[in-house]
Amino acid sequence: MSVLVYIESEQGKLKKSALEVASYGKAIANQLGINVTAITFNMSDASELGTYGVDKIMNVNNIKEFNAKIYANYIQQVAESENSNLVILSSSANSKYLAPLLAINLNAGYVSNVVALPNDLTPFTVKCTAFTNKAFSFTEINASKKILSLSNNSFGLVQSTGNATFENFTPETVTSNVKIESVDKASDQVSIADADVVVSGGRGLKGPENWGMIEELAAVLGAATACSKPVSDLGWRPHSEHVGQTGKPVASNLYIAIGISGAIQHLAGINSSKVKVVINSDPEAPFFKAADYGIVGDAFDVVPTLIQKLKTFKAQNA
Amino acid sequence: MKILVCISHVPDTTSKINFIDNDTKFDTNGVQFVINPNDEFGLTRAMWLKEKQGASITVVSVGGSETEPTLRKALAIGADEAIRINTEAKDGITVAKELSHVIQDRGFDLVIAGRESIDYNGGMVPGMVAALTNANFVNNCISLEIDGSVVKAIREIDGGKETLETSLPLVIGGQKGLVEESDLRIPNMRGIMMARKKPLTVLDGIGANNDTCNSKFEKPAPKGNVTLVSSENIDELINLLHNEAKVI
Ligand SMILES: Cc1cc2nc3c(=O)[nH]c(=O)nc-3n(C[C@H](O)[C@H](O)[C@H](O)COP(=O)(O)OP(=O)(O)OC[C@H]3O[C@@H](n4cnc5c(N)ncnc54)[C@H](O)[C@@H]3O)c2cc1C
Ligand SMILES: Nc1ncnc2c1ncn2[C@@H]1O[C@H](COP(=O)(O)O)[C@@H](O)[C@H]1O
Repeated sequence: MSVLVYIESEQGKLKKSALEVASYGKAIANQLGINVTAITFNMSDASELGTYGVDKIMNVNNIKEFNAKIYANYIQQVAESENSNLVILSSSANSKYLAPLLAINLNAGYVSNVVALPNDLTPFTVKCTAFTNKAFSFTEINASKKILSLSNNSFGLVQSTGNATFENFTPETVTSNVKIESVDKASDQVSIADADVVVSGGRGLKGPENWGMIEELAAVLGAATACSKPVSDLGWRPHSEHVGQTGKPVASNLYIAIGISGAIQHLAGINSSKVKVVINSDPEAPFFKAADYGIVGDAFDVVPTLIQKLKTFKAQNA
Repeated sequence: MKILVCISHVPDTTSKINFIDNDTKFDTNGVQFVINPNDEFGLTRAMWLKEKQGASITVVSVGGSETEPTLRKALAIGADEAIRINTEAKDGITVAKELSHVIQDRGFDLVIAGRESIDYNGGMVPGMVAALTNANFVNNCISLEIDGSVVKAIREIDGGKETLETSLPLVIGGQKGLVEESDLRIPNMRGIMMARKKPLTVLDGIGANNDTCNSKFEKPAPKGNVTLVSSENIDELINLLHNEAKVI
C-alpha cells in the first residue's frame, strides 16, 4: 500500500507544483502510516523527489507526448501494481484533463481543488474550494479509492530527508484517437498556472500600447502577465491571459492588480492568491477591500517607479 | 450530426454565496440561476454547427424542476429539444453516470459540456462522461471544427495551446474561445415563443450512486484591512512585500 503521486515535469525538469504534490502526498502518507510512490514520465533522474518524501519512483518511458487517455491508463496500471488507494495530482491543465478519466478507470471518488490535508480520515474528508473561491466545502469521499487534485500553492513545499529508489515501469500499451498536431507555447514565459507572482492589468491602463510597463514589471519579478475580462474582450491582450471566475484561476503567492476595479467576478478567480497588491487611482475601488497592500495612485506614475526600485532591490538581493 | 449540450444550472456570477441548515446547504434564497457560462459558449458553438452543416441540438440537465427555466432559455436560444433527468445532481460521478445513460440510449455524435461549472467547479463531468461512453475527449477546448467524422480541436494548455486531431464520437469540455463573448446569443421574443412549443422531456434517473458529498461549507475568513502605502513611498511597499509578506 502506498500513496501514489503523479509527478509532472517539463523537459526533464520537475515542476514546482509536482514537488508540492509530493510534499502533500508525504504528509498524508504519514497520517496513514504508509509510503509514497511517484509516477514520472520520461525522466532519467528524479532523485530530487526523495527530499520531498517520495520513497519509490516508477518512471514510464513509453510515451513522449502528453495524452490524457494514455496517461490515465498508465497511472492506473501503476496504482494497481502498487496497490495504491489514494492518488494525488496537481491542478495543472493536464492533471485536470486526465483525473476524471483516471477516476472512472479506478472506480475512485475524485475531489478537485483541494486546499488542505484531510481533516478526517474516517470518513475521509478534505477541504476544497467551491463557488469559484467564494467558499470552501468539506467534502467526504465514501469510495474506497480516492483521487485528489491539489490547488497550486495551497500546501507549499515541505522537505524531508530520504532517498527515492528509481525504476522504469513498462506498462501494457494503449492507444488513443486524440493526436497532437502542434503545440504553441512560449517557452521563455512563465504561465499563469505555474507562476509564483502574477502581474495583472485592467481597463485602467487605457489601451494595449501601455502594456510595456506591465510586461517589464512582470519580467523584473519573474512573473506571469494576466488581465481582466474586458481587456481580453477588447482584444488588448490574448484570451489566455483573462483571469477571474470565467477565465483562468490564479493561485499565486503574489498577485499585483493594476487598474482593475475588483468586480466580484474578477475577485472570485484570484481570491486564492496569498498576497494581493492593488494599484488604483480611485480610493473607492472595491479591490482595496480584498487587498493586502494598496497604493492609491496613477498607474502611469506608480508602475515605472516600482519597476526602477524593484530592479535596485533585486540587484542588491541577488 | 446529433449534438448534446450539457447544461449546468448555476448561480449567476454576481451571487452572494451563503449557506443554511448549519452550513450544510447552499442558500438559494434570492439567487438568480443562469446557464453555466462555459455551457453558454458551447451552446452557441452548437448553433453554428447546426446552421453551417446541419445538426440537431438536444440540451440536457440533471436536476429538479427548478432547472427547467434554464433549459427553456437554452431552447429559446435555439436548441431543438430538452431533456431533464429528474434526480438530484449529488456529485460529478452521479451526473456523469446519468448523462452517460441517456447518451448511450439515444446516441449522440458530439457531446458538448463545459470545462467546469462555476458552482462546485468540479471540472469532472465531461471527462467522466467520455470515459463512461468510450468517446474521445478534449478538455479546455477553445476551437472545434468538424469535417465528416474528422475533428480538429484546439485545447488550452498551461502557457499556450495545442492543436489536436481526433474523431467522433467526441466529448468536449468547452470554454470561452469556442465562440467569443460577443457571439453569444440572447433569446429574442420569437425564440422565447418557439421555446414554449419545443419538447422538454423529463426522464427518471437511473439512481446512480454518489462517491462524494459536501458535508459542510465555510466562507473564507473576513479579510483584514488593506495596508495602504503612499505613492511617494514605494520603498515601503517593497520592504513590506519582502520582510512582512515574504513574497519577493
Ligand atoms: C458573467 C460575467 C462573467 C465575468 N467574468 C469575469 C472574469 O472572469 N474576470 C474579470 O476580470 N471580469 C469578469 N467579469 C467582468 C467584471 O464584472 C468587470 O466588469 C471587470 O472585471 C472590470 O474590469 P476592469 O477592472 O479591468 O475595468 P473597470 O471596471 O473599468 O475598472 C478600471 C479600474 O481602473 C482604475 N483606473 C483608471 N485609470 C487608472 C490609472 N491611471 N491608474 C490606476 N488605476 C486606474 C479605475 O479606478 C477602475 O477601478 C464578468 C462579468 C460577467 C457579467
Ligand atoms: N447537473 C448537470 N446537468 C447537466 N450537465 C452538467 C451538470 N453538472 C455539470 N454538467 C456539465 O459538466 C460541465 C462541468 O461541470 P463540473 O464537472 O460540475 O465542473 C458543466 O459545464 C456542464 O456542461
